[in-house]
Amino acid sequence: MTGLTLQDLSVDLAGRRVLERIDLTVAPGECVGLIGPNGAGKSTLMRAALGHLPATGHSSLATLPRRERALAAAWLPQAREIAWGMTVEEIVELGRTPHRRPGSPLRPADRAAIARAMEEADVARFATQNAKQLSGGEQARVLLARALAQEAPILLADEPVAGLDPAHQIAAMEVFAKHARAGGTVIAALHDLGLAARWCTRLVLLDSGRIAADGPPATVLTTERLASVYGIAAHISDAEDGLIVLPLRRVTPEVSA
Amino acid sequence: MAYRRLIASLAALVAVLFCASLLIGPAAIGLGDSILALLGLGEGLNQGLGGSAEARVLVMQEIRLPRAILGLTIGASLGLSGAALQGYLRNPLAEPGLIGVSASAALGAVLAIYTGLSAAFPLALPLSALGAAVIAVLLLLALAGREADTLTLILAGVALSALAGALTSLALNLSPNPFAALEIVFWLLGALTDRSMLHVWLAVPFMLVGWLLLAGLGRGLDALALGEEAAASLGIRLDLLRLAVVLGTAASVGAATAVAGAIGFVGLVVPHLLRPLVGGRPSRLLLASALGGAAMLLSADIAVRLVTPGQELKLGVLTALVGAPFFLWLILSRRRDLT
Repeated sequence: MTGLTLQDLSVDLAGRRVLERIDLTVAPGECVGLIGPNGAGKSTLMRAALGHLPATGHSSLATLPRRERALAAAWLPQAREIAWGMTVEEIVELGRTPHRRPGSPLRPADRAAIARAMEEADVARFATQNAKQLSGGEQARVLLARALAQEAPILLADEPVAGLDPAHQIAAMEVFAKHARAGGTVIAALHDLGLAARWCTRLVLLDSGRIAADGPPATVLTTERLASVYGIAAHISDAEDGLIVLPLRRVTPEVSA
Repeated sequence: MAYRRLIASLAALVAVLFCASLLIGPAAIGLGDSILALLGLGEGLNQGLGGSAEARVLVMQEIRLPRAILGLTIGASLGLSGAALQGYLRNPLAEPGLIGVSASAALGAVLAIYTGLSAAFPLALPLSALGAAVIAVLLLLALAGREADTLTLILAGVALSALAGALTSLALNLSPNPFAALEIVFWLLGALTDRSMLHVWLAVPFMLVGWLLLAGLGRGLDALALGEEAAASLGIRLDLLRLAVVLGTAASVGAATAVAGAIGFVGLVVPHLLRPLVGGRPSRLLLASALGGAAMLLSADIAVRLVTPGQELKLGVLTALVGAPFFLWLILSRRRDLT
């Protein structure tokens, strides 16, 4: 199983530095929550790591040949696109693309991966339905199943739980945690700090294109940091089954400083 | 399997229509005589229907056969490239004319008529049209090069179409006499009448190249249903996909326009009509759409011969006349699925 290594990774978009010399190593078995305010560079970091953006520096994924990269990492973009009236099963089947030769039929291994992915994302009962006619949250789960069907050791997801109901948010985080426990590598951009704190083994806090903090949830999510980076006051407490983080109100950075 | 049945029935339909196209025409030739004449035989049956044996051979081999072949190949080109473009742009409104190659090929043909070149030697018109199509593709690729997004491609195509259309109007405007103007207008309407085997030999190789480029795109087009980023992460080379879509459409539709003029609506309507039957999947739509386009153009070309035998209705007029209301009905009946 492979991890992900980024060294000195910088990205300029339209003359603006969006990502500033990121060094990050994520090992197999880690479920990393990528957190930070809007525009901090979370999506850019993942897209640059995948080689979808012109970047300077090194990414262990971007240097792989295209097909090997597709076998090494699955990517769940923020924009949830499903074109045409394909069935849920056919959408999930697209995750098998890098495993198949063009035009070859599905092998038993492909079918098993598709069935497993649909089960994990709880969309098996929609298998033969038109994916476009499902609700937004259901479509998000179909696309999650597509990424899982790819069976890549590294899973990169951009706001995968946005728009899901609480039960399915937790279910999605369970899927990520399980993937990591099985030796996979997960990096998910998250806005829900409570979910991030409870389900991720490690949090990376981005602020203005730099890593502001990196470590276990309890060390990254401190009242001072939430005030200085997000400009919020939050209730943070330790419960028996994990950290509880609840944003309360906005504060001005001066107050906290 | 439903898909296999659909392909088999479409193929059968195309075969039947191809034969019908060979058998129907102003010269009434019997079924047996037609087949013999097509094979260059039939001397024994000297005074059959439709004149002498030589005349029958001439009608079958030099008039009806090229017409039927062009109907089939041009229809397939329009259907296939329409399906590929709609899949690539993820837009059901895309059609082969969108990238500006048809309008440019038409301009090349019009210039050949305008300058009198087409009267000087017969292949000047299709050759000039092909040349203009090639120039249009090069311009398109220069305008919307490797890194550009799909929107840039659409805008560049629209701009090229507008420019070619304006220059075509200019040629009409400045045309030296009403006969030249009339010839230009009639040519622009699109038709398959009086095309020879020379036209077939000129156009079909380009169309075959185009088909080859487009036929291999199914996997990439399927992945694109998830958006460009997800498709790229599945290992799809988007730059090559785009190049193949543009070149494949340009080669097949450019050649089609060069010999038959602009024939609209086939490339737009056929993918729409067949999409629900293949379950929406872009890769399955390619072959189905090629066969559907061939069937639609062959039947339209048979219809113009039957409906108005004396003054033949132009093929392009008929496809638009039938295609537009049909498309409207299609939109109304599927309004819910489109959103």
